[in-house]
Amino acid sequence: MWEFIINPWPWWFSGAAIAFTMFALLLFGRSFGLSSNLRTLCAIATNRRSKFFDFDWKKESWNLVFLAGAVIGGFLTSTYLNSGEAVQISQATLQDLAELGFGAPSTSSSGVQPDELFSWQNALTLRGFLILASAGLLVGLGTRYAGGCTSGHAISGLSDLQIPSLFAVVGFFAGGLVMTHFIYPLIF
Amino acid sequence: MRLIKYLLVGAFFGILMAKSEAFSWYRIQEMFRFQAFHMYGIIGTAVVLGALGIFVIKKFKVRDINGELIAIAPKDRSFYRYFLGGTIFGLGWALGGACPGPMVVSIGYGVLPMLIVFFFAIVGTYLYGQIRERLPH
Repeated sequence: MWEFIINPWPWWFSGAAIAFTMFALLLFGRSFGLSSNLRTLCAIATNRRSKFFDFDWKKESWNLVFLAGAVIGGFLTSTYLNSGEAVQISQATLQDLAELGFGAPSTSSSGVQPDELFSWQNALTLRGFLILASAGLLVGLGTRYAGGCTSGHAISGLSDLQIPSLFAVVGFFAGGLVMTHFIYPLIF
Repeated sequence: MRLIKYLLVGAFFGILMAKSEAFSWYRIQEMFRFQAFHMYGIIGTAVVLGALGIFVIKKFKVRDINGELIAIAPKDRSFYRYFLGGTIFGLGWALGGACPGPMVVSIGYGVLPMLIVFFFAIVGTYLYGQIRERLPH
C-alpha cells in the first residue's frame, strides 16, 4: 500500500483520482475549475474597481481555500511522499529535448521541472524571465478568454458533454502543438 | 470550519497532480510530442469516469449537501472565444509546462520560480478584463 502511494501513480489511478476530486466538489455544491481563482485574485487586487472584476469574491473564497490546499499537497508530496527519483519520460522525448538543450530530469534539482527554465539562476536572466512571464500571461489571458482551463473544460466540461468545452480543448491542443513543434525550435 | 473540506480536497488534488507527474513540464512535453500514453491515459480516464458519473447523477437526480440538484453550469454558445482563448492558453501551457493547478502545486513542491509564471497568469487574466470588449467572442 505505502509502496503504491510513494511511487509515481499509474495513469488509471491518477485519472480516477481527478474524477473523484470533481465529484467531491460537485457534492459540496461547487464545481471543479482552478482558473476562476485567477479572476478572484484580480478582484481582490483591484478592489473591484474594474467592471469585469466587480463581483462578490467572498463567494469564491472556497476555491481559494482549495487552491491553498493544492499548494499544501505539493509540499506534502515533495516532503513526505517523495519516491526520490526523477520523472521518467520516454527515450524519444529525452532525445528531442536534448536537441533543444534540455538535460534529462535529475534529482540534483527538483526532478520534475527543468533547471533550464526553473532554476533561479536561469529564471532571473532576461531571457528566462521573459519566457516564464510569457507562459503565465498566455495561460492567464487564454483561460479567461476561453472561460476555463484544463479542469473546467477538459475535465468538467467534457464530462458533461458540453460542445464549447470541446472547442476549448481543441484550442488547448492546437496552441500546445504550435508551441512545441514550431516555436520551441525558434526559442530554444 | 465549513471551508476545511475544501482544504482537504485541495490537498488531495495537489498530491495527485504531483504523484501522477501531470504537473511536470517533462510530461507535458511528452504529451505534445505524442511520445507516451501517460497523460492521455490520465485525462481519458478522468473524462470517461466523469461522464459516467455525471450521467448517473443526472439520471438519479442526485443532490448536493445543500439539497440542490447537482449540475455543471452550461457554457455560453460560441466558437471563437473557446477556440481562440483555448489556443492562447495552449501556447502558454506548452511553454511553461503548467496550467493553473499544476503551477501552484509546483510552488508547494518547492519549484519557487513558478511564482513568476503564476503571478503573470494573474496579470494575464487582468489583461483579459481590460481588453475583452475588443476581442471576438
